[in-house]
Amino acid sequence: MLNGETVLLDTVLVITFAALSISLVAGMIRLLIGPSLPDRVVALDLIAYIVIAFIATYCIHTGTSDFIDAAIVVALIAFLGTTAFARYVLKAGRPSTNDEI
Amino acid sequence: MITELIIAFFLLAGSFFVLIASIGVLRLPDLMMKMHASTKAGTLGAGLILVAVGISFDEISVLTRILATIIFLLLTAPVAAHLIGRAAYYTGIELWEGTIVDEMDRNGEISEPEASRKSRAASDAKLNRNVSES
Repeated sequence: MLNGETVLLDTVLVITFAALSISLVAGMIRLLIGPSLPDRVVALDLIAYIVIAFIATYCIHTGTSDFIDAAIVVALIAFLGTTAFARYVLKAGRPSTNDEI
Repeated sequence: MITELIIAFFLLAGSFFVLIASIGVLRLPDLMMKMHASTKAGTLGAGLILVAVGISFDEISVLTRILATIIFLLLTAPVAAHLIGRAAYYTGIELWEGTIVDEMDRNGEISEPEASRKSRAASDAKLNRNVSES
């Protein structure tokens, strides 16, 4: 691990956290407005990627490598969730939209 | 110093690509385009940030876990996108009105799963009935 963060790395970490937060908000908006179930599943997938990136950045920020295991778990759960949703969409037939709910 | 520059570069590149991916998911008009943004740019962004972590920790155990995560992401992202796109396409998602080429024929040219064929056969029958009544 590096011997303390320099000003450069500190600034870059802040910028990275800001960009990831904006991305998280954008993904969450797409998750909420839909309009169809597959749209939401894609948004959920993206949110999982953003969370993985967040955990990785947090590892650099704190200097502890233990959280990388959490990133692996999030990646696994995201894949399983997307697969399950794909099967559900296929079985449920036509994707419902906001108008029908 | 040079290590920090490399880490900073990977972090900035990764967060840039993740940001592009999320803007794409928010703004693009149709599911296939959203998926294209999320899968490609999202995976690349997360992978670049993970590479930055791998460089910043000088331990072989961290590097192994990082490599495993990146390989897992690269393997599963296309599979997941393919599954959800296929399911959405066969259940009749609307494509963007500017779509020029739709290489798959939804009317059964390419084989499709039993469940969706049945459900569409039912809806087609209903449609034909409506047409013949009017």
